Amino acid sequence: METRKWEQANGLAVEATGLVKVYGKERAVDGVDLVIPRGTVYGFLGPNGAGKTTTIRMLSTLIQPDDGSASIFGHDLKTESAAIKSRISLTGQYASIDEDLTGIENLVLISRLMGYTTKEAKQRASELLLAFGLEQAAKRQVKKYSGGMRRRIDIAASIVVTPDLLFLDEPTTGLDPRSRNQVWEIVRALVGTGTTVLLTTQNLEEADQLADRIAVINHGKIIAEGTSSELKASVGTGTLTVQLLEATDQSKAASIIEQKLGAAVHVSTDGVTLSAQAKDSSIVAEALGELGKEKIGISDFALGRPSLDEVFLTLTGQSASDQPTEEEHS
Amino acid sequence: MSVQIDQDHTEYQEVHPLKAVAGGKRPDPPSAMASTMAFAHRALLRIKHVPEQMFDVTVFPIIFLLMFTYLFGGAIAGSTGEYLQFLLPGILVMTVSQITMYTGIDLNNDIRKGIFDRFRTLPIWLPSALIGALLVDVIRYSLASAIMIGLGLILGFRPEGGALGVVGAVLVILLFSFSFSWIWTAAGIIMRSEKSLMMVSFLVVFPLTFVSNVFVDPSTLPSWLQGFVNINPISILATAVRGLMHGNGTWEQVGWVVVVSAIFVVIFAPLTMYLYRRKE
Ligand SMILES: Nc1ncnc2c1ncn2[C@@H]1O[C@H](COP(=O)(O)OP(=O)(O)O)[C@@H](O)[C@H]1O
Ligand SMILES: [Mg+2]
Repeated sequence: METRKWEQANGLAVEATGLVKVYGKERAVDGVDLVIPRGTVYGFLGPNGAGKTTTIRMLSTLIQPDDGSASIFGHDLKTESAAIKSRISLTGQYASIDEDLTGIENLVLISRLMGYTTKEAKQRASELLLAFGLEQAAKRQVKKYSGGMRRRIDIAASIVVTPDLLFLDEPTTGLDPRSRNQVWEIVRALVGTGTTVLLTTQNLEEADQLADRIAVINHGKIIAEGTSSELKASVGTGTLTVQLLEATDQSKAASIIEQKLGAAVHVSTDGVTLSAQAKDSSIVAEALGELGKEKIGISDFALGRPSLDEVFLTLTGQSASDQPTEEEHS
Repeated sequence: MSVQIDQDHTEYQEVHPLKAVAGGKRPDPPSAMASTMAFAHRALLRIKHVPEQMFDVTVFPIIFLLMFTYLFGGAIAGSTGEYLQFLLPGILVMTVSQITMYTGIDLNNDIRKGIFDRFRTLPIWLPSALIGALLVDVIRYSLASAIMIGLGLILGFRPEGGALGVVGAVLVILLFSFSFSWIWTAAGIIMRSEKSLMMVSFLVVFPLTFVSNVFVDPSTLPSWLQGFVNINPISILATAVRGLMHGNGTWEQVGWVVVVSAIFVVIFAPLTMYLYRRKE
């Protein structure tokens, strides 16, 4: 296969087997396997408390796994952390910069710590501020930044030296749509230059938009893995929605659709919108043809691709958005 | 989500992420010296942006000295001038030792915010993160010492050891404080909150400073307490500092401070770094 050859030529950015992290009685991460080819974006999708941050902290050498093993660009996580550190970068879930310092002071500090001389560090910091749309806020303390600006300076600090592997832990949680788009733009640009990105998100659309492959994680376990379309395929083609002209046709139409698609039909409160899961598109055509034969007037119809929300619902039996909201822990 | 602050409409300046990609060759990781200097620079910038943190090194010494001289001084030794001769070196030792615990508090704050995680994923010699901060703390201790000695001189303190003796005494205090700070860095990593860290620090510092020869002559104490006072590191430091300031210090007294300092560093610096690396 095409990807296979490409993987062999370029190697893997991350390869993890059976990673486990236990906190007290809780198995925060419970046997996670991961294979991330170089130059791709890997999405780690799961609700709060699923184990996303814990996995990232293990892979970025911050905490040691209780079991399992992993290698980053072929370097063993346990024994070669120094080699790993020089190739990775982490943007944590909570801003990992000094909020009392200004934007430029933070970037100069990190640049110096990456090995630039003070003069080079200043130049690099200015470049980054410009690139991230922060030059006007350069001399303002970071604690006075908005959420989107904070995220941007945080990511900027992570790419002072372009890392080979960038971990982004919920980079857009809490951001307004415009700031979120800016972060997406940044991620895409980085990937364009060859950086591998592992990003976690609770947002299904985000994983869909950015990630080449997605792992769905819940209670410390990966419950599904694949490309966005593979995941979607695992729950069928999508949802057929039909809008009737006359509410009086409702029960007749519902029984035709139910029979053809072999799935329960949902009737919305307006009485004219029917929807049902479809396994493949050919039977959708048949169902619509049948409705026509029976002279049932249709004002509109659509075959919606399933959302990742539906995927999540199918996989876990619970909706991702029903999960309890953010609670901080140290 | 907090309120968005956008004083000058900079919130949504255009991003040009492609321009952010570092050109040229990636730099070699910094030397231990270079990263230590970068961290020291950060600590200096923090003083600039959060000047309140200088309260403890400026206001404390003044309050302590005035309080002990005028409130208790007369009562214990009969006259304030005489008492100051005896008291000032001790109060200086006490004040600076107490200030050292702020080192732990700063580190504890770094840990609770995310920046600690960032430092730990950088390709640097990790102890430099702490040594850089401690070096700037040494500057703060010098400032505290200068303020206290300056005020003491105004109030009638006359060190017989002269300028040389005073400078020597301050250097001994700085060596001790730098070494003693490693206890607080270790504690700062272990303790969950700033509050509990403060508690523990007070529990350690108060008995150490009060059950010492700072305020009283140990020969007036019951013998079981004398034993503790004599091996108390604060007493050892106070003895050496008094000796140097009064011009009758001995190498042996200074030697003991060096030994005690070395013990602190040898035990608590590696312990701190072990905890720093392993912190979950
Ligand atoms: N340092 C810790 N101590 C104790 N429990 C922890 C710690 N870190 C994470 N956990 C627990 O492990 C589980 C997974 O957490 P986390 O990895 O942060 O999830 P996510 O990032 O997906 O929201 C949660 O139940 C959390 O409470
Ligand atoms: Mg998390």
